[in-house]
Amino acid sequence: MTELLEPQRDREQAVAEYRRVRRWGWWYVAEHRIRSMRNYVGSLFIIGIGSPIMYLLGLGAGLGVLVNQNQGDNAVDGVGYLEFIAPALLLAGVMVTAAQESTFGVFGGFKWTPIFLGMRDTALTPAQIVTGFALGTMARYVPAACFYMIAMYAFGIIHGWGGLLMIPIAMLLGTAISTAVMAWVSTQRNDRGQLSFVERFVMTPLTLFSGTYFPLETLHEGLHWVGWISPLWHTAELGRLATYGSEQTLWLTVVHILYPVALAVAGWFLSVRHFTKRLTS
Amino acid sequence: MTDVRPRMLAGLYARNTRSVVARGMRVIARNNWLIIVTGFFEPVFYLFSMGVGLGALIGSVQYHGVDVPYAAYIAPALMAVSAMNGAVYDSTMNVFFKMHYAKLYQGMLSTSLGPLDIALGEIILALFRGLLYASGFMVVTTLMGLNLAWTAIFAIPAALIIAFGFAAFGMAITSFMKTFQHLDFVFFIMMPMFLLSATFFPIDVYPEPLQWVIMAMPLWHGVDMIRMLTTGIFEQAMIYHLLYFVIMIVVGVFFATRRLKALFLR
Amino acid sequence: MQQLHIEANQLTKRYGSFTAVDGIDFEIAPGESFGFLGPNGAGKSTTMRMIAATSLRSSGSLDVLGLDANDNGPAIRAQLGIVPQADNLDEELRVWDNLFVYGRYFGLPRKVVRQRADALLDFAQLQQKRQARVDALSGGMKRRLTIARALMNEPKIMLLDEPTTGLDPQARHVLWDRLFRLKDSGTTLVLTTHYMDEAEQLCDRLVVVDEGKIVAEGSPKELIRTYSTREVLEVRFGTAKNEEAAGRLAGIGDRIEVLPDRLLVYDDNGEQALTAVGERGLHPVTSLVRRASLEDVFLRLTGRSLIE
Repeated sequence: MTELLEPQRDREQAVAEYRRVRRWGWWYVAEHRIRSMRNYVGSLFIIGIGSPIMYLLGLGAGLGVLVNQNQGDNAVDGVGYLEFIAPALLLAGVMVTAAQESTFGVFGGFKWTPIFLGMRDTALTPAQIVTGFALGTMARYVPAACFYMIAMYAFGIIHGWGGLLMIPIAMLLGTAISTAVMAWVSTQRNDRGQLSFVERFVMTPLTLFSGTYFPLETLHEGLHWVGWISPLWHTAELGRLATYGSEQTLWLTVVHILYPVALAVAGWFLSVRHFTKRLTS
Repeated sequence: MTDVRPRMLAGLYARNTRSVVARGMRVIARNNWLIIVTGFFEPVFYLFSMGVGLGALIGSVQYHGVDVPYAAYIAPALMAVSAMNGAVYDSTMNVFFKMHYAKLYQGMLSTSLGPLDIALGEIILALFRGLLYASGFMVVTTLMGLNLAWTAIFAIPAALIIAFGFAAFGMAITSFMKTFQHLDFVFFIMMPMFLLSATFFPIDVYPEPLQWVIMAMPLWHGVDMIRMLTTGIFEQAMIYHLLYFVIMIVVGVFFATRRLKALFLR
Repeated sequence: MQQLHIEANQLTKRYGSFTAVDGIDFEIAPGESFGFLGPNGAGKSTTMRMIAATSLRSSGSLDVLGLDANDNGPAIRAQLGIVPQADNLDEELRVWDNLFVYGRYFGLPRKVVRQRADALLDFAQLQQKRQARVDALSGGMKRRLTIARALMNEPKIMLLDEPTTGLDPQARHVLWDRLFRLKDSGTTLVLTTHYMDEAEQLCDRLVVVDEGKIVAEGSPKELIRTYSTREVLEVRFGTAKNEEAAGRLAGIGDRIEVLPDRLLVYDDNGEQALTAVGERGLHPVTSLVRRASLEDVFLRLTGRSLIE
């Protein structure tokens, strides 16, 4: 009886448990996210396989015929149109998924199904919640990115080992987007439509004007800044370097890596700050 | 008390659709007119990006033997896609949310309203949004010089016809849905339609069997119908497009009415 | 004899192989205050939804105000005021707009709707909140707004599904006061509840429902008289010892019920029973003598507690 109601735990054991949470708390959060995704693993799987086929063969190949007809066979960035857009399509998918998951997941986690409030009442810290959430989101876009990559190999769009780099590049972009979006969404207390506003006025234009479907230079000079601030453009350029060795100066490559990294780091710090404020006030 | 309504609809319809529409208008006016209005930008972004950016790479496209500038080629398609997306979103996601989360219909069905009043009201509101977007888009394309013939003005009613067809069907399909995840399947059907229905390039790049599949789908008919109107290049196919949507609307409305009980009166 | 307001015969609702409501009969007269008492999942809410014609019955018959519920939803609801279990106010509209729009759903003229909305804001004591957002209201205020909304069409029958569940005691009393006023004005009240005190306070007559069936019917007093003694003695001996103590108490009172945490001894005189317990050399940790309630009726009828 007494053992049940009042376990006489020795201090050491309590400290050890606390240390374990200190070290692994982020993973418990990520595990929670992944578990809840299992509910719709079926549709994730179908969409994961379906979208690369549709976008690469449906859109890319179809548009490719028109572009190559007009420009010649290797006219876009020195390669065929399909080779040019394939890495960008993969990354655009990652960006949209990461943004959606972080927008509605984070807002919902405070409001609709307040999982964060539950986590707060345990030994977890806000930093662990943020890290765990961003990692849990990977469980959605990394498999999708893998399907894309496999499809790209299967359709003969990419060759060689460089294509494997698409996965770490996808993780870099996904993390930058997740943390940046989280940093903003965690400050929003009521949804008066601003959530879909961001999707409409930030994410959609970023997808469309980040040198995804055509080289950034094709756009009017006044619009190039959209690409420069877009992590999608930077990572798509990295992807092009990795998959077909596009021409790129070293310093530009460094910028393409550092920019998303900086965004991820800044986003992480801001998110932790906002989560702390929101969960402890 | 004599009841003049046809008996079949007495349990479903109270002839008070206007109060449902009025509620929607009130919400738009008080709360989210900004959200509604900004929805118009989505096709415009696509038009600028694909039409202008990609257009620089592609130049022009052959449409029924006539060279059409790429932006003018995709503008009507984007209009049809926007009509489809809006109608499907309003009749699936929106209806599902209002039913199971906001419990809005539960409140409406505590009054003398019937399911048919609600369904018609939602469809009318969706069409109203569609009308706003289509008109706004027409202004943009006209300013950009992408409407090649005066018949382009008929693209607005054509967009409404497309929206009606999709909304009626969407409503019927929503009655089968149990969880939000089921909505994924709707978008899984819409994605290939969006990408393949001669939206961004002519379907003759595909093998013939695939072309037939695409031509069986509604969006292709919508795209081609509006494209004929904005380019002024008419073919006999126009009649089939219209016929396709007339049938789609009739079947959709019939189907949706049959499913109203399943949708609202569980 | 006036026409019955609601009349159900062998009313049944099945969802697939699950039977939520299993062939129940009841009649509700005009001006009556009628309750469905039972635990969660007994089929009370389903019955309410069938009366409101928002759920179609699987078999049996159900007439509301002389109309068949399956075919006349709009005409029936024109005379009903419905208060659902969970508030479903229109969160996209403000307090006053909620009343206005709802009144328009009944097809009432704007002028009438405006007048009634103002009068009902007073009734619900929400005048200061007329421009407030619905999500900013407290639980009790939302509930009052829901009731005010249900009164927009001046209904003949009010359907109240668990009207005070989740409210604090003070808010409950405010609400009961409002419901008494309605009752006095001659409105027929139909309510479901799993609270004894609520059923005892508000209902002239009630049916006890369990697993989709009606197990007893009568006024609260009659039910207590039929199925329980006047008083109940509650004694606790500690979780592990109740069962054993029950054996040693045999013969005291009319009947003894063993619950996980306590023993209930049914006796018209509770104090006497307590003395008898002491005489057998038993010393409960706590003891309490109280009047019998509908909870005891339910326990007797089903062998289970009402609130699990």
